Amino acid sequence: MASSNDNPALLDIAEVSKSFGSVSVLRSVSLQVAKGEVVTIIGPSGSGKTTLLRCVNFLESYDSGSIRIDGKEVGFRDGGARQRRSERDLAAMRAETGMVFQSFNLFPHLTAAGNIMLGLTKVRGKSKTEARSISEHWLSRVGLAHKADSLPAELSGGQQQRVGIARAVAMEPKILLLDEITSALDPELVGEVLAVVRSLAEDGMTMVMVTHEMAFARDASSRIVFMADGGVSAVGPPKEVLAAETTNERLRAFLARFRASHF
Amino acid sequence: MGYTLNFNLIWRHFDKLWGGLLLSLELAVISIAIGIVIGLVLAVWYVSAGRVVRAIIAAYVEFIRNVPLILLVYLVFYGLPTVVDLAYSAPTSFVLTLSVYSGAYLVEVFRSGLEAVPRGQLDAGKAIGLTPWQRLIHVRLPTMLRITLPALSNTFISLFKDTSIASVISVPELTYGAQWINFNTFRIVEVYLVTTAMYLLTGYTLLFALRLVERRFRAAR
Amino acid sequence: MLSQILYALPFLAEGFAVTLWVSLLVVVLSLIAGVLLGVGLVYGPAPLRWAVRIFSDTIRGIPILVLMFFVYYGLPAVGVHLQSFWAAVLALTLFKTAQVVEYVRGAVASIPKGQSEAAMAIGLTFRQRLTSVIFPQAFRRFLPPWINGVTDAVKGSALVSLLGITDLMQAINQVIGRTYEAMPLYILGALIYFAVNYALSYASRRLERRFAFIRD
Repeated sequence: MASSNDNPALLDIAEVSKSFGSVSVLRSVSLQVAKGEVVTIIGPSGSGKTTLLRCVNFLESYDSGSIRIDGKEVGFRDGGARQRRSERDLAAMRAETGMVFQSFNLFPHLTAAGNIMLGLTKVRGKSKTEARSISEHWLSRVGLAHKADSLPAELSGGQQQRVGIARAVAMEPKILLLDEITSALDPELVGEVLAVVRSLAEDGMTMVMVTHEMAFARDASSRIVFMADGGVSAVGPPKEVLAAETTNERLRAFLARFRASHF
Repeated sequence: MGYTLNFNLIWRHFDKLWGGLLLSLELAVISIAIGIVIGLVLAVWYVSAGRVVRAIIAAYVEFIRNVPLILLVYLVFYGLPTVVDLAYSAPTSFVLTLSVYSGAYLVEVFRSGLEAVPRGQLDAGKAIGLTPWQRLIHVRLPTMLRITLPALSNTFISLFKDTSIASVISVPELTYGAQWINFNTFRIVEVYLVTTAMYLLTGYTLLFALRLVERRFRAAR
Repeated sequence: MLSQILYALPFLAEGFAVTLWVSLLVVVLSLIAGVLLGVGLVYGPAPLRWAVRIFSDTIRGIPILVLMFFVYYGLPAVGVHLQSFWAAVLALTLFKTAQVVEYVRGAVASIPKGQSEAAMAIGLTFRQRLTSVIFPQAFRRFLPPWINGVTDAVKGSALVSLLGITDLMQAINQVIGRTYEAMPLYILGALIYFAVNYALSYASRRLERRFAFIRD
């Protein structure tokens, strides 16, 4: 297992719970992710997988438990009292994680390069020239060097999402969070986006992703987490979790339904 | 400073405000009724007409929308009788102006409403053998009215506020009543506080009621 | 008749200049106040949000004329003395400000939530998110309705004639008082207002098309 004691976790989620009113969306979720790991979260809709991902960079708060990156609590101040970090601290913490969204969320008023340069100049304090050359480097990594000066509206969905990935990794985050990044794409555009993710994994980028692409999850992940009803129901290497003969009832039902509709 | 509020004189002359409010509502209701007729006829005509008629209707709409209402009110009350042999009272003149004014706004509302009726509905009407006239009456207009109801409500509320302009030709509506009390009692702050409250209360009550009507209308369909 | 009108043209031109000056003042002042209050309405603390909401709903709920009389006659009564010109400008500005507040709110509300989240995710602070991500997009959505609404300021300015300010409307009435040529002068006035406002709404349509790429 990657998360043994002599290899302290880069991301340490400990007993995180969250509820919206009377509905409990996360029930004491714990998960450790080591440097260089690719962890995929699967599960039925409403199981809390996206919420968990959004808690990691504190786009959403949680009621109890803790989430630490490199030993530092993400949304709350160090020390006993649960006191929300200042706006400035939160921004700095968030810069340590990158996120790619289901709906891309590119800034429509900025070019592809401009989208990537924004964080580099405003958050990392780099000069325009340096930011431009970094953005060109990453755009060519995702195969879009020739689109640097295109506006998002001029790009296909797959191209937009590749810019979205470049925007996130150009910040050199410690962890990359991928939230159903191919769900909004036409089927023929999914491949080009997954190819980029795969090459990042090969470079040793630590990633946590939520996806419905089972084949990709099986091939690219070091571990798979199955969530159900806001809790971690199964976790382990892909071969174990996705095995047809699993004894976990919910997982078996999920996989059966999934195979019926996707294969 | 040192102004002390004293509402006694306002209450003594409250009939000026109350009567004014009722007249304001009356002016708005009559005007929108005539305006709806103008708007409907011209909108239906517009969507089926040739270029010349369209240009004329568009010119009417653009002209009215780009000229201050107060100027139109003067033009109809003081200007028109000098060139045509007409004699009318100030309230009649104002209703005439506000009708033509609201008509211009409503042509636009109804025209875009007519264009928003889904093509499939008209095809369905054709398919069951309705004549063009029947399609208009039974398919196109009812759907269009449902689409345009919110805009119609908003137009009515804004016409109600526009009736205050009638005070410039001495129509004794609410704003005129307020001015009268202002000049005769000098309880300036009080009278405008009360008048403001009356406009707000009436306007928002109307809005609330019209929204309820809209919802019921939608649910009933 | 024609000579009388020609004779009056310089006088009408002066009135027209006042109309443009009042409109310009109202448009600029209400833009500043409206943007500040609009941002307050969207991002401010609860008491500020409530105050702006009440301000806007009240102002938009009453006729401009009532607001104008209230300011013009009411301020001196409580000891604030303004020239009638500035009282009129103040009243029209208050009215226009309430409109601008709603344009700003609508423009900001039309920016999808994902934009803020993406900006947060790359570590931008609140202020950076506003200036680099939200405002540039909101601006493009704010501009067309705002320019379109400038015609309301021009039309509204005709009401200052009721406070004895010699704008175009008042100039026309005064010339009619001397010449008794009511109809030609009202039509001339209407055409002047029409020309200005039509040009403005034409410009707004052009701008709307130019910024159309932003729609996603």
